[in-house]
Amino acid sequence: MSDLALRNLVKSYDKTQVLHSINLDVADGEFVVFVGPSGCGKSTTLRMIAGLEEVTSGEIEIGGRVVNNLEPKERDIAMVFQNYAIYPHMTVRKNIGFGLRSSKLSKPEKEARIDEVAGILGMTDLLARKPAQLSGGQRQRVAIGRAMVRDPAVFLFDEPLSNLDAQLRTQMRLEIKKLHRRVGNTIIFVTHDQVEAMTMADRIVIMKDGHIQQVGTPDEVYHKPANTFVAQFIGAPSMNLLEGTVEDGAVSLTGGGSVPLTQVKVAEGRAVKLGVRPEDLHLATEGDTLFEGEVSVAEPLGAETLLYVTLAGREIIATGPGRNPPKAGDHVRLSADPAQMHVFDAETGAVIA
Amino acid sequence: MTATDTQIRATSAALLEGTRAKQRRSLGQTIRWLLLFAGGIAMIMPIAYMLSTSLKWPYEVYNVGLIPEEPHLENYAYVLEDGRFFGWFINSLIIAVLTTVSNLFFDSLVGYTLCKFTFRGRQIVFIAILSTLMIPTEMLVIPWYIMSQSFGWLDSYWGIMFPGLMTAFGVFLMRQFFQTVPDDFIEAARIDGLNEFQIYWSVALPMVKPALAALAIFVFLGNWTAFLWPLIVTTDAALYTLPVGLSSFGDEADVQWELIMTGAAISTLPTLIVFLIFQRFIIQGVAMAGLKG
Repeated sequence: MSDLALRNLVKSYDKTQVLHSINLDVADGEFVVFVGPSGCGKSTTLRMIAGLEEVTSGEIEIGGRVVNNLEPKERDIAMVFQNYAIYPHMTVRKNIGFGLRSSKLSKPEKEARIDEVAGILGMTDLLARKPAQLSGGQRQRVAIGRAMVRDPAVFLFDEPLSNLDAQLRTQMRLEIKKLHRRVGNTIIFVTHDQVEAMTMADRIVIMKDGHIQQVGTPDEVYHKPANTFVAQFIGAPSMNLLEGTVEDGAVSLTGGGSVPLTQVKVAEGRAVKLGVRPEDLHLATEGDTLFEGEVSVAEPLGAETLLYVTLAGREIIATGPGRNPPKAGDHVRLSADPAQMHVFDAETGAVIA
Repeated sequence: MTATDTQIRATSAALLEGTRAKQRRSLGQTIRWLLLFAGGIAMIMPIAYMLSTSLKWPYEVYNVGLIPEEPHLENYAYVLEDGRFFGWFINSLIIAVLTTVSNLFFDSLVGYTLCKFTFRGRQIVFIAILSTLMIPTEMLVIPWYIMSQSFGWLDSYWGIMFPGLMTAFGVFLMRQFFQTVPDDFIEAARIDGLNEFQIYWSVALPMVKPALAALAIFVFLGNWTAFLWPLIVTTDAALYTLPVGLSSFGDEADVQWELIMTGAAISTLPTLIVFLIFQRFIIQGVAMAGLKG
């Protein structure tokens, strides 16, 4: 059964529509990450699910019932905020227990529940402390604990790792993922960081300008992007996009060069964009050269080297070896497996399957 | 002139410049100290005179000397044994405490609403409240009196208290402070199942305790020392507040300054205690109101 469903969800502020007919089904226990650039509508969607923003039109279902007109507390959800929102005047125990205020559990049951959650989060020794005495990661754990203690149908995370430093963010990412495996509740997680999305999600919802661009597993959105936006948003460095026209079963690239089209059939004369990920574009051996150009910048990353190659007036990114890579100014030949390339319509940006 | 001479000259010039800079700094420091000293004297002198006069006999009250010729505590004994003084003290205490509690509750409630809720006309309401700050009390006294007379509030605690139960300044101060409370706390509490009043009471209010403490001191002091309105609205001596009662020591022909000063000295004690306990909150409160304004 779908635990959460969004049906033609629309949000407008005065005459400005910020969400355009969002449709999504989230399965029970699924970890779904909403990702997109600032202003894409991901947080607005989350806040509408939480009941913190009114729905202009459409329906939100949680656990099979429409919750549009229910108060946040009646929706069986819990939310973790970007700046933690743990109450500074309360101890960790009180903060975690705060979500149980309106619960019908007896006091000993509530205490037992708080202890259980604190145990899961490894915070048993910190229960008597106030938030000011905690580190950023510990505060975030308290916020998660406050959400967990109510055992809601759906957890909502609004960019919860944004305020943490890089190392702690990686650690918390792992902890949240482990936690999800352990408790099994449905999680909706909002982030602008595509790495977070890729590493944590069962499914990723990629949004732009209030529209869902693609919904899919990390593998799908990476290897089968629905359009040029998804292709370039997911993956770092971004996918190279080369403009061209289909001629004689190959893409004749603007500025010179031709790549045979093996994966799809495209009408002759159609303008397309050819997408190739930097890791699929590597130094060629004599026979399989697709492109030739000059290295403008070489970025050594240890295991590999990112090569910024200028060819026919445009710059593309390729991957070179970690040892003895070409240097800036070197002339290189590049090749790629045509089967790993993506063809997009030049006008709409949609993938041509 | 050798290179060594040039170096010596340059070093001497630098040293001289350094000494001049030090002199300039120390002159500035001295001026600052003098100004602070003058300010301090201006503040302390009335208190010193109050204490000095309270230790004088009536015949030397008009002697400008600060040290009494024959210091004594008879005035204190007289004032404390006079039953009226105790009654006025209690009146002032009741009025100041009730008004303070009322202000803490209503000012913060209105401030919170104006800060955290979006509704049509919010800004107009806020400006309307704020604009009342520009009306001097003297202008309001007559309407208040007519109102009190119409409702039968003359010579009553309510009559003395009602104009100050809520203040525009308090609303403004609290609103500014509530702006420092991130909306996420409010929304988190909403999701945690609290109703709007519980959110205000259990989440928002504890987070602005410094502002509440500062407001409590402002309101308490203001009401403890209030003179004009309590004087107008009360004719029954039993309902006088301390300042009004103290001014009644004596008549037009003979003002008993030594007793007035003794009563004033005793009446400053509660305010002094309140101030000593909460002064750090006052400073923070004023600073925050200034910064966030």
